[in-house]
Amino acid sequence: MIQEAGNNIKTINSISLILDLFAYIGGSIFAFLSAVGRLANFTGRSVKHCFTPPFFPSQLLRQLIDIGYYSLPVVGMTTLFTGMVLALQSYTGFSRFNAEGAVAGVVVLSITRELAPVLAGLMVSGRVGAAIAAEIATMRVTEQIDALRTLSVNPFKYLIAPRVIAATLMLPILVLIGDIIGIFGGYLVGVYSLGFSSASFISQTWDMLEYMDVVSGLMKAAVFGFIVAIMGCYHGFNSARGAQGVGAATTNAVVSSSILILIFNYLLTQIFFS
Amino acid sequence: MSDKIKIELKAVTKAFGSNRVLDELYLSVPEGKSLVVIGGSGTGKSVMIKCILGLIPPDSGSIMIDGAESTGQNHKIRAEFMKKFGMLFQGAALFDSLKIWENVAFGLIHGHGMCKKEAREIAIEKIKAVGLKEQVANLYPAELSGGMQKRVGLARAVAISPDIIFFDEPTTGLDPIMAEVINELIVEQVKGLGATALSITHDMGSVRKIADYVAMIHGGKIIWKGAVGDLDHSGNEYVDQFIHGRSDGPITRRLA
Ligand SMILES: Nc1ncnc2c1ncn2[C@@H]1O[C@H](COP(=O)(O)OP(=O)(O)O)[C@@H](O)[C@H]1O
Ligand SMILES: [Mg+2]
Repeated sequence: MIQEAGNNIKTINSISLILDLFAYIGGSIFAFLSAVGRLANFTGRSVKHCFTPPFFPSQLLRQLIDIGYYSLPVVGMTTLFTGMVLALQSYTGFSRFNAEGAVAGVVVLSITRELAPVLAGLMVSGRVGAAIAAEIATMRVTEQIDALRTLSVNPFKYLIAPRVIAATLMLPILVLIGDIIGIFGGYLVGVYSLGFSSASFISQTWDMLEYMDVVSGLMKAAVFGFIVAIMGCYHGFNSARGAQGVGAATTNAVVSSSILILIFNYLLTQIFFS
Repeated sequence: MSDKIKIELKAVTKAFGSNRVLDELYLSVPEGKSLVVIGGSGTGKSVMIKCILGLIPPDSGSIMIDGAESTGQNHKIRAEFMKKFGMLFQGAALFDSLKIWENVAFGLIHGHGMCKKEAREIAIEKIKAVGLKEQVANLYPAELSGGMQKRVGLARAVAISPDIIFFDEPTTGLDPIMAEVINELIVEQVKGLGATALSITHDMGSVRKIADYVAMIHGGKIIWKGAVGDLDHSGNEYVDQFIHGRSDGPITRRLA
């Protein structure tokens, strides 16, 4: 009798434990889905306001300069050294098979297809995404966004649209410049350190250069720029109150946009090259 | 002055999670009068103003402006309501990327489509009207003291000649002399525009200076309302405790 009752209690306990677990999993899935829904709604509204007047050209110009021009040194340095190290590493590898001639090709392909867009995206997410999130979160916390609305200006049009447009337009331009600098880095190492002749390195580069490689990289860059701006704006706009809220918004913007960039890079590569 | 009702709140309720901040709140403000809402910090004064402005949607209840329902309206209609409002925020909320004159002219240029040159002239006029020098116009907000920022915030709120002006704790954080200056400017600007004013504060000096009517908020409701002259003999023990700043009385600090 007692034994049986004990067993019953055990079964009931484990059932309620399993129910708790289901409730927990269900709750997490629900929270995740509603977060995705909020982000999708925010993205939709942002895009809509990019295309409907009134526009704020002076805000757009400021963002084009902030996001594009001031990111040039970061992107330039990143791609330069990446191109250089690529030449070095591929030379070490290929010389074992007497295939040194492939070095230029490896540099061109890796830079244009993957490394320039992804590294530029990640660097810009650290520089621009963080700045966007911090600025908009500060505006939220200090009631500047409320002030905008009471002065009859839609914050989506005034704050968000210029940043989204600027980042989406400027990242491909940054990456194009990054492509050139990165390949130039490979050339420097190839010619001055690995002993290639300048003419043969250039001709090998030229032979391997495909229109589609560059264009796919630039299209990736546009998507990454969009992701960086949207995540910066989203986390800034929905910032919790107080200085802590601003800090959290900045961190979340950089982490989430970096991860999304890597995920979308995979998806886009799958679409372009299979 | 007519005794038309300019703003009317009926059973307005707003909760953040389980925190019921406004609980079926009723309040009305007559046209051309200045009503001041008093109450402790965290009692929902700012939330109430933001509901009226349409910055926070109330969970339920009705908010009438000039006899028209303002809650649950689409963007176009909301925008029309917004054009009647001027607001001085608690921390002034100046746009720190813009110069002082651009801040003051912001609503004129972007909200009302005025050209820059004309808006600048009006802005400079307003900057002078709140007792600042013309040279301040070309500075950025970070270069001004808190009191000067409040003055600029006031200039920005009145620049579009609003029908209704809201003041969220206009004197909090200022020294007594600067607080007095701000109070005088508020009275001057509100009377000058013939506007209706709704202010919130816990500064009794400010109340006596700028109010025609006073209402007290507590527990999410308006628990007393009357003319400013009746404040000292309201017969309401909450009001008595508040205006004399006593620690013992019906208002107890919940220690969370
Ligand atoms: N956006 C918000 N999210 C969650 N809680 C809020 C929000 N705004 C205000 N509150 C809460 O509402 C209550 C009243 O706030 P508020 O209106 O700012 O008080 P006060 O009367 O000092 O102006 C506080 O408990 C505050 O924490
Ligand atoms: Mg407040």
